[in-house]
Amino acid sequence: MKLKNVSTSRRALLGAALSGGGGFLLSAFLPGLPLLKASQAQDTATGVVFRPNAFIRITQQGAVTLIMRYAEMGQGIYTGISMLLAEELGVTLDQVSVEAAPADPAYVDSVAGEEETGGSSSTRDSWIPLREAGAAARMMLVAAAAQIWKVPESACQARDGRVFHPADERSLAYGELAEAAMHQPVPAKVALKPASDFTLIGTSPRRLDTKAKTNGSAQFGIDAQIPGMKIGRIMACPVKGGHLTGYNRDAALAVPGVVDVLTLPDAIAIIGEHMWAAIKGMEAAFPQWEYGPNATTSIGDIVARMKKASEQSGVVAVKNGNALEALKQAHTRIDAVYELPFLAHAPLEPINTTVHIRPDGADVWVGTQVPGRARQEVADATGLRPETIAVHNHLIGGGFGRRLDSNSIGQASHFAKQVSYPVKLIWTREEDITQDQFRPYYYDRISAGLTQDGALSGWHHRTTGSSVTARWYPEGMQNGLDPDAVEGAAQTPYAMPDQLVEFVRDEPDAVTTLWWRGVGPTHNVFVVESMIDELAHQSGQDPLALRKKLAAHQPRALKVLDEVEKQSGWGKELPPGHGMGIALHYSFQTWAATVMEVAVEKNGQIRLVQAHSAVDCGPVVFPDGIVAQIQGGLIFGLTMALYNEITLKDGRVEQTNFHNYRMMRLNEAPDIQVHLVSDPDAEIGGIGEVGTVAAAPALANALFAATGKRLRRIPFAKQLGGEKA
Amino acid sequence: MRFDLKINGVVREVDVPPDMPVLWVLRDILRLTGTKYGCGVAQCGACTVHLDGQPVRACLLTVAAAAEHDILTIEAIEHTETGAKVQQAWLDEEVIQCGYCQSGQIMAATALLQQIPQPTDADIDEAMAGNICRCGTYVRIRKAIHKAASHEA
Repeated sequence: MKLKNVSTSRRALLGAALSGGGGFLLSAFLPGLPLLKASQAQDTATGVVFRPNAFIRITQQGAVTLIMRYAEMGQGIYTGISMLLAEELGVTLDQVSVEAAPADPAYVDSVAGEEETGGSSSTRDSWIPLREAGAAARMMLVAAAAQIWKVPESACQARDGRVFHPADERSLAYGELAEAAMHQPVPAKVALKPASDFTLIGTSPRRLDTKAKTNGSAQFGIDAQIPGMKIGRIMACPVKGGHLTGYNRDAALAVPGVVDVLTLPDAIAIIGEHMWAAIKGMEAAFPQWEYGPNATTSIGDIVARMKKASEQSGVVAVKNGNALEALKQAHTRIDAVYELPFLAHAPLEPINTTVHIRPDGADVWVGTQVPGRARQEVADATGLRPETIAVHNHLIGGGFGRRLDSNSIGQASHFAKQVSYPVKLIWTREEDITQDQFRPYYYDRISAGLTQDGALSGWHHRTTGSSVTARWYPEGMQNGLDPDAVEGAAQTPYAMPDQLVEFVRDEPDAVTTLWWRGVGPTHNVFVVESMIDELAHQSGQDPLALRKKLAAHQPRALKVLDEVEKQSGWGKELPPGHGMGIALHYSFQTWAATVMEVAVEKNGQIRLVQAHSAVDCGPVVFPDGIVAQIQGGLIFGLTMALYNEITLKDGRVEQTNFHNYRMMRLNEAPDIQVHLVSDPDAEIGGIGEVGTVAAAPALANALFAATGKRLRRIPFAKQLGGEKA
Repeated sequence: MRFDLKINGVVREVDVPPDMPVLWVLRDILRLTGTKYGCGVAQCGACTVHLDGQPVRACLLTVAAAAEHDILTIEAIEHTETGAKVQQAWLDEEVIQCGYCQSGQIMAATALLQQIPQPTDADIDEAMAGNICRCGTYVRIRKAIHKAASHEA
């Protein structure tokens, strides 16, 4: 997850995809998992295989395999990426199979700078290079056919997996051309189809990964079955920084099915023939801990320190005009503190790693957003050379940023190197939540003013919290500024002539922090959009009208605002207890305006009535995928905004499972209508995190409209007194 | 201990502790990994199977309690008329995102439609509230259940 300078990095990408790893990659090719078959074609890989680049294989028998450099974690990227490749390659989706890429430099996303699925960047970073990869392969197939027929390439056409020579009605299938195509030079320059010629891009085909997910055959990391494999349960010290002091080894080994007890300085694993033996063995082992320096830390201590740190100036992210002077002159002024809690990711597939460490190499079966880091974790834990370690990436049962870190893979490797057999190590749900790396707690001070005629008069936003960038990607720090911590605050949709944005870094000792769906914008857009709403109400202006006024210089903002105004019936009379709230944002190069309608009962019970989201993400690849991501992203964000916070007491995380880290359920979910008003000529935007960003501010503003109560701290439900057990 | 488990119409003999949950018997002994572990405490529904036609959470169902009863898992749900319709509706509505919860969702929806062929929204709320979807596919799950129900008619 990185902030990207797209305009410069995209150019650097063009060449990379065309060379695509070449022979180096393919000689080292290890078939990944999962292989999802969309057709009956079998990639038997006998005889000639045409490999124009790292992303495409075509066998002599006609099997077309597309190799996925991104992890499929529900966002539909296997389908979207296949559409980009297939559009230019000239195949239909039912002619292809897809396969997860191995850890290999050929699959580095050169905008991200590593093998990574995150930051709502996969489609953006592939929009040009993977279409070029498909086009280059098609040109080689066409050149091969033209050579065979002794006709000009321009007289040939490619589609549906065949090259046609219309003049004499000849055609050859790609498989038949595989051998001749191998001998064609890789084109130095390719021309991409104009959008008017697209037959796949912009359509909503059936997703390639869903059939296997209806019948239990889809293979997630936790489903890995390796011959000779044992299964283990891990428990790490419940307090960060503590260590293992004792355990009852004999009692654990006496549990039927337990085969081994393994330890690390700060963790213990019970290995069994099955998970139940490992679970019962852990109970019997009854680990003892020395809790270390964080043994008495509570959430109150962490927040108190953060609050104190927030009183000092921070690193300046933006300074336009004179915010402090403009605030003094303001006709209307609001000073506020917003607080956002630590958050767990809680993907439904708990953290797990299956790994086999041998003297000469290793295999790891896992679902990861960062295969290169995963491989390095194994190398660091074992001393093995990275090239001897194969990462078999799997379908991911929920990422949300959690699987951008690979610490659990390192931990598993430290255990697994103590035994000779393959071992699947599973974190229980309790382990998954309490040992997560959390979205940082943020303590934001913000002051904003309006002139008498409703223009902004000073904007001062100081955010205090942990820097994920500093730990995860230190090269991304900018002289002490974490660009993620201010993303969504430094640039807003609004004209802010006098703006000061600062970042104060305050690292809590007792937790480790990590990316969480929507990253900086999920944090800052809540603060900014709540504050704009506060200003509107304080000055007696309609919140949507004020946004139009302040974003008048942004035509795409006005377009999504107009659309959501119309679709939601903004301003219409609502039943008693109902309220509508709006949020506008530009995140991941996508514009979105979202209106949330809520109803609040007298006892404080919140009902989510309906959401409308108008979205402009530039060129649209997979429209139904966009709708699904906005729907799901909103529910992910609404869940957090209503219910979620991770707290600590005596150094331990207090939330342990879904009974006290609550998830939204089907009966609580609102209807969600998504309206695509995309500008096909704009720069392409990301979509996986956009809905999540909008959720908390749209909900907070709706709750204010319904109750007159301004909620400046997440989560909301318990503050209205209506949280159900 | 030895138990005879009737799983998807086939009797399978297993030699496991009597308190072992069916979830782990399915996944780790019989290699039927379509039934998922999500929470272990019947909070999420990812491990939903049918026991004599009723949806139950396999994470808390012991092998001793399940022996001699009919257990149906996601791997065989397509062989029931209702299950096949639910699977098709799930595909037609493009319900699925990561898919990890969807075995349990499909098992719960199938049990609902077997009992109430034309469920109301309130019926759906009640039957499906025990199944968490972290990707937030709820809007489409509801639509897909209605769609499968319309095919029931």
